[in-house]
Amino acid sequence: MKVSITVNGKEHHSDVEPRTLLVHYIRETLELTGTNVGCDTSSCGACTIHLNGEAVKSCTMLAVQADGDSVTTIEGLAKDGVMHPMQTAFMENHGLQCGYCTPGMVMAAIGLLNENPKPTEEQVRMGLEGNLCRCTGYHNIVKSVLAAASSK
Amino acid sequence: MTITENKPTSIIGTRLLRREDPPLLTGEAKFTNDLNIPGSLHLSVLRSPYAHAKIKSIDVSAALKIVGVVAVYTGKDLQTSWAAPMPCAWAVTTDMKNPAHYPLAIDKVCYVGDGVAAVLATNETASRDALDAIDVQYEPLNAMVDLEDALGDKTVIHSDLGTNKSYTWPLLVEETPGCVEDAFKKAKYKIKERYVQQRLIPMAMEPRAIVAVPQPFGGDITLYTSTQIPHVLKVMAALTLGIPEQQLRVIAPSVGGAFGSKLDVYAEDLLCLALARKHNAPVRWVEERSENSQATIQGRGQIQHVELAADENGKITAVRVQIIADMGAYMQLITPGIPILGAFLYAGVYDIPKAYDFSCIGVFTNLTPTDAYRGAGRPEATYAIEMGIEALAREMKIDSFELRKRNYIKKEQFPYTAFSGLTYDSGDHILAAEKAAKLTDLDGVRAQQKKQNVPGATKLLGVGMSSYFEMCGLAPSRVLASLNYTAGGWESATVRVLATNKVQVISGTSPHGQGHETSWAMIAAEKLGVAPEDVDVLHSDTSIASLGMDTYGSRSLAVGGVAIALACDKVIEKARLIAAHQLECAADDLQFENGTFSVKGSPDRALPLAAIAFGAFTAHNLPDGLEPNLEAQVSYDPPNFSWPFGTHMCVVEVDTETGAVEILKYIAVDDCGTQINPLIVEGQVHGGVVQGIAQALFEEAVYDSDGNLKTSTLAEYLVPAACDVPAITTAHTVTPSPTNQLGVKGIGEAGTIGAAPTVITAIIDALSSLGVTTMAMPASPQTVWKTINEATRGGKK
Repeated sequence: MKVSITVNGKEHHSDVEPRTLLVHYIRETLELTGTNVGCDTSSCGACTIHLNGEAVKSCTMLAVQADGDSVTTIEGLAKDGVMHPMQTAFMENHGLQCGYCTPGMVMAAIGLLNENPKPTEEQVRMGLEGNLCRCTGYHNIVKSVLAAASSK
Repeated sequence: MTITENKPTSIIGTRLLRREDPPLLTGEAKFTNDLNIPGSLHLSVLRSPYAHAKIKSIDVSAALKIVGVVAVYTGKDLQTSWAAPMPCAWAVTTDMKNPAHYPLAIDKVCYVGDGVAAVLATNETASRDALDAIDVQYEPLNAMVDLEDALGDKTVIHSDLGTNKSYTWPLLVEETPGCVEDAFKKAKYKIKERYVQQRLIPMAMEPRAIVAVPQPFGGDITLYTSTQIPHVLKVMAALTLGIPEQQLRVIAPSVGGAFGSKLDVYAEDLLCLALARKHNAPVRWVEERSENSQATIQGRGQIQHVELAADENGKITAVRVQIIADMGAYMQLITPGIPILGAFLYAGVYDIPKAYDFSCIGVFTNLTPTDAYRGAGRPEATYAIEMGIEALAREMKIDSFELRKRNYIKKEQFPYTAFSGLTYDSGDHILAAEKAAKLTDLDGVRAQQKKQNVPGATKLLGVGMSSYFEMCGLAPSRVLASLNYTAGGWESATVRVLATNKVQVISGTSPHGQGHETSWAMIAAEKLGVAPEDVDVLHSDTSIASLGMDTYGSRSLAVGGVAIALACDKVIEKARLIAAHQLECAADDLQFENGTFSVKGSPDRALPLAAIAFGAFTAHNLPDGLEPNLEAQVSYDPPNFSWPFGTHMCVVEVDTETGAVEILKYIAVDDCGTQINPLIVEGQVHGGVVQGIAQALFEEAVYDSDGNLKTSTLAEYLVPAACDVPAITTAHTVTPSPTNQLGVKGIGEAGTIGAAPTVITAIIDALSSLGVTTMAMPASPQTVWKTINEATRGGKK
């Protein structure tokens, strides 16, 4: 099926198999491998991207469902070689270790602040419920998100 | 210590941000699954749906007809591809029973997930579709799922071995013959407890992935794999496949966490290599999460019987431990040695006389093989002794903290030779414990507890604690030899000062989230007087870092980091000879500070390292007989393990009506000696603590009676999310290790070791007024609720 999807500001016209998941379209067709796959049950959130500005798990939808939509992946956050404030906050607060969950976590965190610009610690913890990290124990992830919120 | 600790310009000890982060944060980093090698064939593995069955027949004809399928192999087809069975590097006893284990099962399967057939296809979809088209006829056999059933040989899994018992490993240390028995006879107080260490699934966020790429000429092959041990894997894979070692190159790209689960030689590594050679094409394999739960090793899986004897003051006089350890269906790389790593820690941090009777029985079951998982034997041991201390305190009706204080090894007793013969390098347990108590506000919490835990209350407060030693910095090679471990415990480092005074550090460690590049650059920068950003750190590629023993057991800094410091020393000594030659003075008259050599007493006669590096590169004016270039390689074998220690405390509130446990406060006081980068140290503690909390409250690999894993996805296996765990207060004491020049000890596993007993003892403390004295892990709401009901019903009788 033919789809037209704008990814990181660039429009892509592709012919995809109907069963192609959006995450596979992003990783394999567009070769944007920053978006990771960590599970097969939509539990881990490593594949979180923004669809029309909203954080979604890109393994929960088909590429054809994104036809006409605008997608932002982790590769689309930095502008002119300068990282997004959330990326900077993760770096400054040691919010990542192995980095595998990180792209999804950063996208989810930006989505969280879009909905609630000044969350409490508890709201950050609840808001990131759908994203799993095995390295950091979340302490510094929560700290990163709160730091990004307070610098806004 | 040669590092001047309080130098104002010191880099060591600063919270330098990680150089690893930008590529990981922007999606530039490449994990193995991100590598797109043109012409790759995709491997999928058909896995056994039975825990124990004979393979009657395998029909692959329908699979071969699927468009895109290139080949299908069974275990029998590949039998001649292996020069040796899959390796186990740790035969803990000379008579250990170890069944032959091949990448694909040959005539019977021994766990759900055991590989049965391998499909190669031009694309992933075809290779996975082909799995469904393979027709395997099985004859199911009785599965040994329960560890004690398996020990009783109800069904013998590997019939050629005649038993499910692989080994019995004893360690009896007695000051005088029979003194353990005597101590128990004479003891004023004794306890005898049984604990179960449930099986855990490591669940690194990146499932494993592999690409084997044959080079176009000469028979060389490169293996990209999500591993924490590229060097060990290279040797073992070469031996298993019969490939000359120099033809095999192993590269670990970005690795998305491991926690011990990627410390192994896996069937899929060997299959990718063998099939890439056979087809002269790149072969890739990517693990799915539910596959990872079964085909990647699991951790823990022990039944522990612990007995303590104590005198009238509560001073422990003897320890008796018997472990039954679940090996799973086969031995993986170091499966049998994992419980043995804990054998030396069942005395915990306590001053216990030479009266110790330990034995471990390794038993095969029809479950996924076990192997190293964060802490590997040491969290289990710490849990047992700390729970034992609590039981003894209950028996004596005294406060468990007071009991610990009576038994702690005192600061002035270090270096302390334990009954095991190992020497603990340094420590101050009371300092760490009192710091934890202060941060917890222990007195305040106890007062609150008295107010809150009144009869009829449904929200009960509890405080728990655990003091630990972590035996890490694996390891002195001679000690490993005495434990029958096949390899050594050294680490390699090469330090090179390039012509432009930029530095290359090549390390044999292989990071997967620990920030080695940042920390190693800090060490070299400190030693050589250059900026950390001028130090490049290379690793995880056996053609670049050709020597190495890799990353596990909190060894990377305590062994690998020290090797880097020693290599820097060698570089400085060579540079000193060149400086002396050019400044026309004796080498001994030179001092080296902040990257410059100067003549003692004549600071104007000086030469910066930059000038010496360039001079060593041009080689125009070197002392006679001195080789050009500033480079040194060191293989460092540590003289001792290192012994980080600490005390963790936590406060929980237990809802007696629902069984829910909430951690209100978690305090971790850890002492890892000198901290290179406190930012990274704290991160290691946070992550470790949450994995320990996860064992205490959430996680368990649950099997049904037929050996089917009921928790194979992240929807069922409860890896905690941010909302499930508390913020963690970290604090430190600093007791430098006297056995290495950096004073470092290691911190990778400390959090995990401390956390599980801390949480469980807090829950038991909260429920003590209800008569609860035990709590199984994971302490899920259902388990807590059931335990409360059993205790209160028991009380009414």
